[in-house]
Amino acid sequence: MNNVFVYCESEEGIIAEVSLELLTKGRSLADMLNCRLEAVVAGVNLKDVEKQIMPFGVDVLHIAEDSRLDPYQTLPHASLLINLFKEEQPQIALMGATSTGRDLGPRVSSALHSGLTADCTGLEIGDHEDKKVNKVYENLLYQIRPAFGGNIIATIINPDHRPQMATVREGVMKKETRSAGYKGEVRMLDVNKYISPEDFVVKIIDRHIEKSKVNIKNAGIIVSGGYGVGSKENFNLLYELAEVIGAEVGASRAAVDAGFAGHERQIGQTGVTVRPKLYIACGISGQIQHRAGMEESAQIISINTDPDAPINSIADYVIVGDIAEVIPKMIKYYKKNTK
Amino acid sequence: MKSLKIIVLAKQVPDTRNVGKDAMKADGTVNRAALPAIFNPEDLNALELALRIKDQLPETTITLLTMGPGRAADIIREGFFRGADDGILLSDRAFAGSDTLATSYALAQAIRKMGKFDLIIAGRQAIDGDTAQVGPQVAEKLKLPQITYVEEIVEISKSRIVAKRRLERGVETVAANLPLVLTANGTAPDCRSRNARLLMKYKHAKTVSEIQSANEDYLHLYNDRPYLNITEWSVNEIDHDPAQLGLNGSPTKVKKIENVVLQAKDSRIIPANDEGIEELMKELIDSHTIG
Ligand SMILES: Cc1cc2nc3c(=O)[nH]c(=O)nc-3n(C[C@H](O)[C@H](O)[C@H](O)COP(=O)(O)OP(=O)(O)OC[C@H]3O[C@@H](n4cnc5c(N)ncnc54)[C@H](O)[C@@H]3O)c2cc1C
Repeated sequence: MNNVFVYCESEEGIIAEVSLELLTKGRSLADMLNCRLEAVVAGVNLKDVEKQIMPFGVDVLHIAEDSRLDPYQTLPHASLLINLFKEEQPQIALMGATSTGRDLGPRVSSALHSGLTADCTGLEIGDHEDKKVNKVYENLLYQIRPAFGGNIIATIINPDHRPQMATVREGVMKKETRSAGYKGEVRMLDVNKYISPEDFVVKIIDRHIEKSKVNIKNAGIIVSGGYGVGSKENFNLLYELAEVIGAEVGASRAAVDAGFAGHERQIGQTGVTVRPKLYIACGISGQIQHRAGMEESAQIISINTDPDAPINSIADYVIVGDIAEVIPKMIKYYKKNTK
Repeated sequence: MKSLKIIVLAKQVPDTRNVGKDAMKADGTVNRAALPAIFNPEDLNALELALRIKDQLPETTITLLTMGPGRAADIIREGFFRGADDGILLSDRAFAGSDTLATSYALAQAIRKMGKFDLIIAGRQAIDGDTAQVGPQVAEKLKLPQITYVEEIVEISKSRIVAKRRLERGVETVAANLPLVLTANGTAPDCRSRNARLLMKYKHAKTVSEIQSANEDYLHLYNDRPYLNITEWSVNEIDHDPAQLGLNGSPTKVKKIENVVLQAKDSRIIPANDEGIEELMKELIDSHTIG
């Protein structure tokens, strides 16, 4: 009871990266709260998930093995969590801010009348004093996320309702195992106890899932373009530079919204979080939602026509200039000096 | 009869996509007043999905439901100009401070009051918060199934829908019986533009509060042409439990808001000329950062 839960996404028995990152975070929260870390996984081919999950320091692993639970569908997975959470009364429940987690989380939080904070960039434990009712809440989950409105970070809490729920994007938390031989208990769930036949009213009739082609999360160098790049054609300059120096191309949300680059390239609070050794920001102003996804880069170069762009203050190198002139020069002098 | 009753959920949002330099105040916060209020982009995709169903099943009616301050009546007018049949503005101080759960509760209670419907379509998410929670939470409150991230309606009849969903790395086609809740993805077709005839027809559409502060000369219009009256509901018009509304009904609270002070690094300014950039590239190559 009152433990930390992580909903683990699985596809044919492989646990999603973001879930393992959340198990790592969940473990450290459980340590601080002096409680247990529990994981839930639902799907098929789950024989080996124990080996993937336990090393992250999981004390109890709930497995719902049923062919009807893979691929993911809203209602059966929601019923499973809602009923399990009613029994187990977790104090915290975390899931990935993926197309699955963002479909499931709100459904579960509504049914349990518990709050849910989307796309957190930080999770901490802390107290809260409500002066109006003169009450002190101990050990709440601080759900931290950038807020709309300039350089603002909001800390959200959920004082009175449980579980305290949050979603987190892939890459935000670091993945780290606790110990290879960590011993936890496995509980096989009696699926029919949690799910009813009415949960299968939506039928999947076709599915095409591709392996992700873009791999910005693990790229060593990222050339990233913003709204200042100006057009999809101008983005070709970025691809060219990336090709020459061996980098991946990323983008700000403004650039993605404008159609200059695909969604899978978006970096930031609602995109991917990256930590490359070099991040080249081209025509990006550096709003907080963007910085949240790249400020831990080892080195940052900013190319911007505006000497006062916020990104410049976190950059190691600032080139005040037009990308259309600066990037061709970078390509030229890279080639010249590596021959 | 081959027609559906569709409810489209839409929100007025500040245009966060164009937070230009002039939209920032000296203290680094956004000057909301300088940001235009717009029809949330994915809610326009939702409206388009509804309009396409109406193209196919012409007796279909589309009612927009929006919750917000008085000026959110713009959303209803915009919907009329593009082909919606009706609209309701849910507006009351009691809704102030609502998180997504309290918002969903208020919307669900308004929908219950609206009577029988076949389909609810919402945008996937609103650009001022990006939470994507309201659609699924409204579905849960109404005990309906949900189909999120829809980019195309493949088949629709009075009783059944087949829809294509856009996931991170692919597409999924699902089928289900109505009624249910859909959320429209940004990859769904763009909304058609305003129709000149509808623009003329609905230009003066107003809520009661707007009519009260309007020029007297026009008042007869609203008696002569009932369709110009935009329905406005306060909290009293919907059946509700006060404990589930607004700030009180919101499990999540903002504990604090912090201004992030940028810790200026010792940035080096590189001249944008040939010498400067060659120097930089050499340095990056020498330090094995690139190459
Ligand atoms: C809930 C929410 C979530 C968000 N999530 C994200 C996210 O995940 N990722 C993200 O990036 N944003 C996100 N945003 C949006 C964010 O607030 C900013 O709007 C966005 O990052 C701005 O992108 P930008 O810097 O490309 O565009 P702008 O702010 O328009 O900046 C363009 C820059 O280009 C420069 N420029 C113009 N022309 C040139 C030229 N020729 N050469 C060089 N420089 C030039 C300009 O000086 C300016 O600095 C989110 C916002 C909200 C509300």
